[in-house]
Amino acid sequence: MGKEIKTVKDIPLQELLLPGHVACAGCGMAISVRHVLKILGGNTVVTVPACCLSVIQGLFPKTAVAVPLKNVPFASAAAVASGLKAGFRLQGKELNVVAIAGDGGTYDIGLQALSGAVERGEDIIYFCYDNQAYMNTGIQRSGATPYGAWTTTTPKGKKERRKDLGLMMIANGATYVATVNPSFPMDFYGKFLKAEEKKGPRVLIGYSVCPPGWRYTPELSIELGKLAVQTGAWILWEFEEGVFRFTGYSKRLAEGKAKRKPIELYLEPQGRFRNVLRDPEKLKALKRGINERWRVYRKIAEVYSSSTPG
Amino acid sequence: MSGTIIITGNHAVSYGAWSSRVRFVAAYPITPQTTIVEMLSDFVNTGKMKAEFMTVESEHSAAAAVMGAESTGVRSFTATSSHGLLYMSEVVHWIARSRLPVVMVVVNRAIAPPWSIWTELLDTMTHRDAGWIQVYVSNNQEAYDMVIQSYRLSEMKRVSMPTMICMDGFILSHTFAPVTVHTPEETDEFLPSYSPLWKIDPENPFSLGNMATPDYYYEFSYLMHEAHENAKKLFNNVDKEFERFSGRSHGGKVHGYMLDDSESVILAMGTLSEEVMVAIDNLRKRGEKVGALKVRLFRPFPAEEISKALEDKEFALILDRSLSYGYEGQLATETKAALHTSGIETPVINMITGLGGRDVTYKEIEKFHGLAKKKVSSEKGPFKPIFIQLKR
Repeated sequence: MGKEIKTVKDIPLQELLLPGHVACAGCGMAISVRHVLKILGGNTVVTVPACCLSVIQGLFPKTAVAVPLKNVPFASAAAVASGLKAGFRLQGKELNVVAIAGDGGTYDIGLQALSGAVERGEDIIYFCYDNQAYMNTGIQRSGATPYGAWTTTTPKGKKERRKDLGLMMIANGATYVATVNPSFPMDFYGKFLKAEEKKGPRVLIGYSVCPPGWRYTPELSIELGKLAVQTGAWILWEFEEGVFRFTGYSKRLAEGKAKRKPIELYLEPQGRFRNVLRDPEKLKALKRGINERWRVYRKIAEVYSSSTPG
Repeated sequence: MSGTIIITGNHAVSYGAWSSRVRFVAAYPITPQTTIVEMLSDFVNTGKMKAEFMTVESEHSAAAAVMGAESTGVRSFTATSSHGLLYMSEVVHWIARSRLPVVMVVVNRAIAPPWSIWTELLDTMTHRDAGWIQVYVSNNQEAYDMVIQSYRLSEMKRVSMPTMICMDGFILSHTFAPVTVHTPEETDEFLPSYSPLWKIDPENPFSLGNMATPDYYYEFSYLMHEAHENAKKLFNNVDKEFERFSGRSHGGKVHGYMLDDSESVILAMGTLSEEVMVAIDNLRKRGEKVGALKVRLFRPFPAEEISKALEDKEFALILDRSLSYGYEGQLATETKAALHTSGIETPVINMITGLGGRDVTYKEIEKFHGLAKKKVSSEKGPFKPIFIQLKR
């Protein structure tokens, strides 16, 4: 598409998520959606299942989203996006069709439709803003809620680990899979630009902070996103054409050029991890979970390295 | 060139979609619907139909993908049955509330448990209030014709509501009969290309379906009702225009049979109404002055036409192939409400027949009529539904 974003100064000035949206202060999703729409531009159609974004766009007859947006049933984002793309294709219209959904609408109720769309090779971009619980309904645990996190339905902290959607999407055959984090905007923009240029199903999973749901003060939103990566709790990577790559700070960690910061730095500001911090066994289990993720991803990187023969 | 071919009810539907120049189909297999979309897949793959066929992973996604494609201004189609319809139910409502003139064929099938693949109307009856225009057909030609007519009616800007064409599983879906089909070029004369009431367009961006407070929601629902009222006014015009185009009429909202001098009337929907007409012929031979009313349009409900047909009759016998547990058959409920609204006091006997595909023969219907007549003449009512085929 010829777009190039090398520094913050190159970020498009056009705002397509307009002032007046009703997101909470410090909402990670609002920041991400703003970036996504800046990158993809006006030639974009968005489909949104039940999630915080279906609320924060504003009340009828107003809207804070300046591109066509179709609200759709909870489980249907990827399927509606498939239909939209087909409809435009039949009319010879070239434009970006992007589904933007929360983790509940992606990891849980919308997983079947997403998996179907990826398997069919649908030419869509799917962005999951992963705030790690059902936030729109008031903080209930989802398949994306991490081990140990408090939610209203895990009052003593979640006992299970979260699903790994990224690996599922690689296995499912997506053209492009990547994790992003708006605290690292250049990495974020780079990956979306790449996604836009590709064809087929492209799935991007966005780390997305939630001050009320995670029990921290909104001014920490960007800092928390940085800590998530620096401590290794969130890993930045991309998968394309059979090659897996760590990116940004996660790459430095993977290559041993930087050392993971203590996880406590990430957990302490968040009230949702209070139970973990009070219980050394839980803290140990949480750390074990992160280490295991890293072990898996290092292995994946090895298997899907660019030097892999044929 | 138009021609007559011998095909199943399901394939009549597939040809209907072909004649209607459907551009997008998304579907998921379910008995007894499957052969509709199998043939459409074949049409698309051989280039007979210039369309996309999307093989989705569920009925929920079938309806969702159809909603997406139709939102871009492309004529779209899907078909399902029973559990498939129930599974897509959420999106069924969503399509109507989005005011998208999708046409869907539902091949009626009973709901499990126990598993049954045979016909019963409860699947579509359950969606009576989903906002779709509902038409019940009783022969293969009508199934074909109604696909084309439904696009015409649904896509009218005063309507812009989806249509659900309901047809009995196996009795129609898998039974061969002669059907006259028209090429898409011929059909163009009756069915213009799709010009949507609204469509998604980046040149004119807006949010669709974002949160509406109680200050606004009410009016959205009223507008759907108004659209149904318009559909009710236009339904017979479409039937007449179709007759001018093809030479065939199915009678409009309701199809009366030997009503003029009849003393009683048997009401039914779907294939049951064809069986009723055979029974009427036999009853007439025996001197019984009986008429039939085939109710073709169920939503919007043709209350005025039904009331008029039943006015001054000794009684009405309503055969329902569906049951609202704890009350009675749905056609009976609706008909009685219509009569009450018009101040007509014709007694109504409701018989529950054919559940789970149990055969209902014209000979039985002749007996049912005799029983109803006896009941009306010997009892005062109120009349409870009669489970006439129940084995004790």
